[in-house]
Amino acid sequence: MNGSGEKKTHRTIERVARESYGRLVAYLSSHTRDVAGAEDALGEALVAALTTWPRNGVPQNPEAWLLTTARRALIDVIRHQQVVQASEPTLLLLKEDSAEATLSTTFPDERLKLLFVCAHPAIDPAMHTPLMLQTVLGLDAVRIAGAFLVSPKTMGQRLVRAKTKIRDGGIQFEVPQERELPERLDAVLEAIYAAFGIGWDDMVGVDQRGRDLAEEAIWLARVLLQLLPNEAEVRGLLALMLHCEARRASRRGPDGRYVPLSQQNANLWSLPLIEEAERDLAEAFRHGHPGRFQLEAAIQSVHAERVRSGRTEWKAIVGFYEQLIRVSPTLGTRTGYAAAVAEANGPQAGLAVLDTIELDAISCYQPYWAVRAHLLQKLGNKPEALDAYNRAIGLAEDPAVREFLLQKRG
Amino acid sequence: MQFALLIYESPEAFASRNSDGTDPYTGAWRAYHKALVESGTYLAGNPLEVPETGTTVRLKEGKRRVQDGPFADTKEQLGGFIIMELPSIDAALDWAARCPSAAAGAVEVRPLAPQAKRRITG
Repeated sequence: MNGSGEKKTHRTIERVARESYGRLVAYLSSHTRDVAGAEDALGEALVAALTTWPRNGVPQNPEAWLLTTARRALIDVIRHQQVVQASEPTLLLLKEDSAEATLSTTFPDERLKLLFVCAHPAIDPAMHTPLMLQTVLGLDAVRIAGAFLVSPKTMGQRLVRAKTKIRDGGIQFEVPQERELPERLDAVLEAIYAAFGIGWDDMVGVDQRGRDLAEEAIWLARVLLQLLPNEAEVRGLLALMLHCEARRASRRGPDGRYVPLSQQNANLWSLPLIEEAERDLAEAFRHGHPGRFQLEAAIQSVHAERVRSGRTEWKAIVGFYEQLIRVSPTLGTRTGYAAAVAEANGPQAGLAVLDTIELDAISCYQPYWAVRAHLLQKLGNKPEALDAYNRAIGLAEDPAVREFLLQKRG
Repeated sequence: MQFALLIYESPEAFASRNSDGTDPYTGAWRAYHKALVESGTYLAGNPLEVPETGTTVRLKEGKRRVQDGPFADTKEQLGGFIIMELPSIDAALDWAARCPSAAAGAVEVRPLAPQAKRRITG
């Protein structure tokens, strides 16, 4: 095969790996509960594809080819471990399915079960998102470690531990019963949102983890929606992320400078993404149970209105925040509420909301200090504003946000 | 647990020490220091003089070798340190990421070795 043909084959392998990775890992591990084993087997299959496909051509059904090859690798490993006796049923199952899957072009999509396993209550909540990113999307530990500010070695060890727990800890590959679905689904949504990493989007400064995984998070939400099309909160989460994503281009000036939402050029916002978000949000609201993500999306939807009206309905935003605080009174929500109240009713009213937040909660919470500084400055309280600006600047991680606040502080 | 943040700075960052203190880098450092102290985790710390002021000493085969300048010949040089009391490495990495030098150089997080200290001083 010539060079360009080989490149094309490699691109095909990359595409198949990207699209099928999670489906294959989910299917392979749903029988054995051994996620790490499934990943290793799929890794071997992908290496085999890299050597065989350029020579023999891409098989007609690449996904089925990968599945068959990975399954063979998996069986080899199980035999090698000499636990044939113990896992006889598993082996039988693997063999039975094998013939079937090679012939047919489809196999069941078990990704929903895998997502619920990753966000299982028995797994450390801090590992929910890293597990999803690795097992469903195939991201490596180094990339995940960077996004979550953990050393790559530590992240690798934590992932191994979590997968061992899935295998040995009696965690079932199943979609939860209707009774416990809302709570379990909430953990899945939370984990996807953590990958997106923007918990707070207002006038003073976004300073959150993991933001380079935004696209991956949207991809996960689309997968989830495809699997659970009737869950309003899934649609709400997707709408929320699409609204934030629509503003990506306007968040930085041409020189890399940070541009707060209130100063963003709305003409730079992506209309197709906003429209998609609006459709999803409208569909979600039709169910009549506005949960946390639908309410957050509704707040972003009001901001997006500016592209048509040229102004921001702060009273409407305050209203959605009041509902949001009832279902999710997080530090981020309460800080965002204070900022919205200040816009609607003046800085003094906003400051009064901030003053209701306990002091020990905010010693390292950057957005609180940024909003506080902004409001004190508006009120002309120079010494206290300076103090709050210093805290906000000192806690900022993004150099562009730091620069922006330094300039505002004066 | 006690951690040291070892601050590695670029030549440009070292050069800002000659400024009047109104440059963004120095301003960011002042705010960072304040936030550290206010969080109640700061124990100690100090900037070091610029690397050119360093003198490195070695004994090779009984002979003293003295060299002008710092030990390591790298672009980014040790410019200071901070000692903090924190519950975990995760919290220490958070503070390292917020450090103004993380964007302009590098910040290494190292746990202090209390057992080794006891062995040496005890």
